[in-house]
Amino acid sequence: MFISAARNIMAMEVTQVLLNAQSIDGAVRKNAEDSLKQFQEQNLPVFLVSLSGELANEEKPVETRKLAGLVLKNALDAKEQHRKFELVQRWLSLDGNAKSQIKACLLKTLTSLVSDARSTASQVIAKVAGIELPHKQWPELIGSLLSNVHQLPAQAKQATLETLGYLCEEVSPDVIDQDQVNKILTAVVQGMSSSEGNTDVRLAATRALYNALGFAQANFSNDMERDYIMRVVCEATLSPEVRIRQAAFECLVSISSTYYEKLAPYIQDIFNITAKAVREDEEPVALQAIEFWSSICDEEIDILEEYGGDFTGDSDIPCFYFIKQALPALVPMLLETLLKQEEDQDQDEGAWNIAMAGGTCLGLVARTVGDDIVPLVVPFIEENISKQDWRQREGATYAFGSILEGPSPEKLIPLVNVALTFMLSALTKDPNSHVKDTTAWTLGRIFEFLHGSVVDSPIISQANCQQIITVLLQSMKDTPNVAEKACGALYFLAQGYEEMGPSSPLTPFFQEIVQSLLTVTHREDAGESRLRTAAYETLNEVVRCSTDETAPLVLQLVPVIMMELHNTLEGQKLSSDEREKQSELQGLLCGCLQVIIQKLGASEPTKYVFMQYADQIMGLFLRVFACRSATVHEEAMLAIGALAYATGADFAKYMPEFYRYLEMGLQNFEEYQVCAVTVGVVGDISRALEEKIVPYCDSIMTQLLKNLSSNQLHRSVKPPIFSCFGDIALAVGEYFEKYLMWAMSALQSAAELSTHIAGDDELVEYTNSLRNGILEAYSGIFQGFKNSPKTQLLIPYAPHILQFLDGIYMEKDMDDVVMKTAIGVLGDLADTLGSHAGSMIQQSVSSKDFLNECLSSEDLMIKESAEWAKLAISRAISV
Amino acid sequence: MAPHDIRRPFKRAAISDQQKRRELSLLRQAQNRRDAQQQARCLASSILSLQSSAPESQPEQSDIEIETVPESEQESEAFSKDLDVRQASKLRGPEVRKWFARQLMLPEWMIDVPDRLAQDWYVFARPAGKRCFVVSSNGTTVSRQRNGSILHHFPSALPAGAKIRDGSGSGQSYCILDCIFHELDQTYYVIDMVCWNGYSLYDCTAEFRFYWLNSKLEESGACNAPSHYHKFRFSAVPVYNCDQSGLYAAYTGVVPYAKDGLLFYNKHALYQTGNTPLALVWKDENCSQYVIDTDGKGEIPSQQQVVLELQDDRKLVTSDDPPVLFGCLDRDIIEKSGLHTGNLLRFAIGDGGLSFADGKLEKADLIYLGKSNRARAFADSYSKVLFQFMVRHSPLKIDDLLASINSANDQEKTPSDIEMVG
Repeated sequence: MFISAARNIMAMEVTQVLLNAQSIDGAVRKNAEDSLKQFQEQNLPVFLVSLSGELANEEKPVETRKLAGLVLKNALDAKEQHRKFELVQRWLSLDGNAKSQIKACLLKTLTSLVSDARSTASQVIAKVAGIELPHKQWPELIGSLLSNVHQLPAQAKQATLETLGYLCEEVSPDVIDQDQVNKILTAVVQGMSSSEGNTDVRLAATRALYNALGFAQANFSNDMERDYIMRVVCEATLSPEVRIRQAAFECLVSISSTYYEKLAPYIQDIFNITAKAVREDEEPVALQAIEFWSSICDEEIDILEEYGGDFTGDSDIPCFYFIKQALPALVPMLLETLLKQEEDQDQDEGAWNIAMAGGTCLGLVARTVGDDIVPLVVPFIEENISKQDWRQREGATYAFGSILEGPSPEKLIPLVNVALTFMLSALTKDPNSHVKDTTAWTLGRIFEFLHGSVVDSPIISQANCQQIITVLLQSMKDTPNVAEKACGALYFLAQGYEEMGPSSPLTPFFQEIVQSLLTVTHREDAGESRLRTAAYETLNEVVRCSTDETAPLVLQLVPVIMMELHNTLEGQKLSSDEREKQSELQGLLCGCLQVIIQKLGASEPTKYVFMQYADQIMGLFLRVFACRSATVHEEAMLAIGALAYATGADFAKYMPEFYRYLEMGLQNFEEYQVCAVTVGVVGDISRALEEKIVPYCDSIMTQLLKNLSSNQLHRSVKPPIFSCFGDIALAVGEYFEKYLMWAMSALQSAAELSTHIAGDDELVEYTNSLRNGILEAYSGIFQGFKNSPKTQLLIPYAPHILQFLDGIYMEKDMDDVVMKTAIGVLGDLADTLGSHAGSMIQQSVSSKDFLNECLSSEDLMIKESAEWAKLAISRAISV
Repeated sequence: MAPHDIRRPFKRAAISDQQKRRELSLLRQAQNRRDAQQQARCLASSILSLQSSAPESQPEQSDIEIETVPESEQESEAFSKDLDVRQASKLRGPEVRKWFARQLMLPEWMIDVPDRLAQDWYVFARPAGKRCFVVSSNGTTVSRQRNGSILHHFPSALPAGAKIRDGSGSGQSYCILDCIFHELDQTYYVIDMVCWNGYSLYDCTAEFRFYWLNSKLEESGACNAPSHYHKFRFSAVPVYNCDQSGLYAAYTGVVPYAKDGLLFYNKHALYQTGNTPLALVWKDENCSQYVIDTDGKGEIPSQQQVVLELQDDRKLVTSDDPPVLFGCLDRDIIEKSGLHTGNLLRFAIGDGGLSFADGKLEKADLIYLGKSNRARAFADSYSKVLFQFMVRHSPLKIDDLLASINSANDQEKTPSDIEMVG
């Protein structure tokens, strides 16, 4: 009774409320949003049914139908994982009757005459399918969609194909059986074929195929079916409709990475098609055509990197050397694109055009084939580099810069030796800013790849070093985009001198370089082209790579940067825009201080002198924190970690004031990077303070345990939290007893979860990082309790830990880091528990096969840990 | 469905400096965590080794009255609980001598052939020379003889053995080796490894220690020819399983050093300080210049001489633990010569020799000669006296050893338990 009454009211009102929700009047809009929210909370099934009814109703205005669909969609999915999970559960437990009504409305809307309504329904159907198909619900969906394709008028056919496309994007291939996949692909590919007269249908089909490609594994293994799909896709690239051509090339790009190993029979045809598109077609199509080759390069680079070119495995994909084969035709095609620059593209941050895509692809080709590209590009450079037209000079320079990564130094260095003087001169004298931009970038690439300890014959001598620096410092006064590239070049110049020994060729220029960089940061226009950021990044690198000779100068930099940071704290009552800028600048300065602290903290004499600033610096960091109310500044947190490490036990004096920010950082689930960084700093502080951290342990441990149990916190933060348990345990020793039960139970359940991995590479990687965190925690706890009278408290946990070690060993999928940590834990357990664990250890697989495997490992760290474990075990079982 | 964005990074470094800083921070933290763990592992080992090695013998000494325990031992035990080995190596003066004197494992003399020689024992030719402890720590290396006096102070390629810029050497690193310094080729022959690179091996079996010694010593570069940073060469000695061929190889094999008998080490025995029956020394004229003890002038006395300790009830005992009683000294000699409890006294064994009953010493014909040399720290051990006695009367020959291995081969089933001295 009540429900039907509510439904009636809603049916009448929903249109108006949705209209109000789009009102330009903020108050009206707010009111409408509140009503929607209230209704959703009061009666969800009715609310959702009303929305679907609104969407399906041909008499309603298109805006409210669209919005109804959107609200419905948002009731099914969310970006945040935990919210998404809640919504899925909510839908699954929704009244079946309501769900049927909603689905019926959605399917009905696919035949609507209003295209926005159809399109919205497509997306909602895919969301419902994404929830229900994995649970084996809504089995009739695909059948009924497919029957639509053959019966309905064009617009319904288009909507149905679009729905199939969204559906393939939403659900994973394993929930749809091959029979249905075959039918979907048949419908989609038929819709794409040139016999389909309706452009919208063909476009929808082509876009649907893009998403359906992931389902076509079996079909791509069947020669006939693959030939058919490829033929239809290639035909579609010749469609008179540009959107179809673009969508068809997108399919080719996707095929190039998904089905690389199946491409050999088609590659010649595809080259012809792409070359024509690059030369003649509209830019969006030409860009996709270039992307096809970039994507092939990605594949071949991966294959060649992974197998070093030797194809031996049986399941691995071999390299077909498509790029090498296409090289004589591909390179000229790409070189042509380089001359199609847009005016002022160098100043437009969002620009992406055919010249940029072509140059990027050329760079990838160089990485794929190495030396072979050089003779094909050099004539182009020589012909164009000093032409009147800036496009030719820029194109030639860009071509040169693009091929600097990939070919061997032996091949490149003679060229670079000739070109260097020319480049330095162009950077100061060329009248065109775009040419100077590319020239500075190319110099940066020269220094990045051909300068430093990896190269035998240095391209920079004492003679030209001075000239290079003079030119770069000069260019830092050029337009922001050129100055930014000059900073970048200096960055790599400094990097190349890292670990060059006690004396760096940059030493005589150190003061001048630092001064010039600081001047850049003060330029009025330093906000453009991320110039200020580039200047600080370069300053950081110059400091990182500096030697003992210039340590006094780095020390002098400390008060300078402190003063800069101090100045950011002076402004009052900032607008939100100004506040953002302030925060960004503080980030750069904290980052710079972090680098300086780490540098000076690394050797005793400089650390000693630096310490005179510690109190003041900490004071500044605390004030930076105080600039915000709810969040902490990530860069300041990182810098404090470095400071804690340098300060050691004395850091205790900062704790009373700092603690609240530490806690705030740990509570920042939203910006999980901040949370992760803060967890790392807890580790730093534990090591610095050792037992002096005890007064803060209760609340830190409570917060960390809370974080672990939260499903709102990004999962990547959890492994470091476990490692942090180990840091704390090692710092406080047997005092950790208080938290032992809680920590061990959290570790135990995480250990159970992480023993087996089922999933993709990313999940394997995550699971290994989780295992590593858990193991580091165990190590820290065992070593922390070592030699304390409370060692026996750990005995009950030993069987589970050994079982965990055996378990991950048996899974055979741990990485080297986990292996090293795991075998170390075995040693720590034996070391701490001694004879109490002797027989337990002897019964474990880990103490035999695993240990032996580690002992014969080629990884020295694993071997060392294993030797330690062997030692500890031999003691434990001999006592 | 909108077209997909295919923009690629353009003229940009692949990684942002902030990301680089984050990653460098993580690297530093991981390194610091590793160092902290490493330190915990090493410190734990060294403290443990001292706690278990130094006071170990205490309970067994309980039947000796407290006054008889040399002062030095009490002291060394007291402070060794709180000091780790590296600190001990820095001690000066008499304390360190006392401390080190107790740290070496001393083999007993072989007076009968142990069971299961072939299965449970190693054999190697002992280099002639100065037995010493070599400790590397904090960028320097010190060798100390049995009496604690420093033999050399030098840089070496042992971990932490020289001041070379080397990031890997943590402050916790140190080594303790049991060596014999061979004058002729100026080489330290390492006969046992007690601590390596911060890890204590006291509680490890000989099997493990020798395995470790062989793999680590070579790896460290300590076996290289001397150089500026490595003043003396170290060398491992060839160790054999004590089967027939192993024993034969140790006995006859050519080694770069002068041999002083053969050492037998039980594979399962831990490094036990002081006298132990799980390490044995045996010699004959073929493998040693010094079979029969010489006197102060380097001549072989006509009668065997022994050094025994005087206890307060006039008992004369060996340095064994527990001590073996050799007889009682006449009250008038004690009074006449002003002897005190704890004095080490020299005797000759008269024509009455030593008589045994049920494998135990029953009677010794002792002739008092006087107080022993003041450099002596301990009385003779029972096994030494007996070995010397046998050498003069019915020596244990190499053929006996070989025969024993053969007979053991013949009767494998002989029950043969090894007493472990954990």
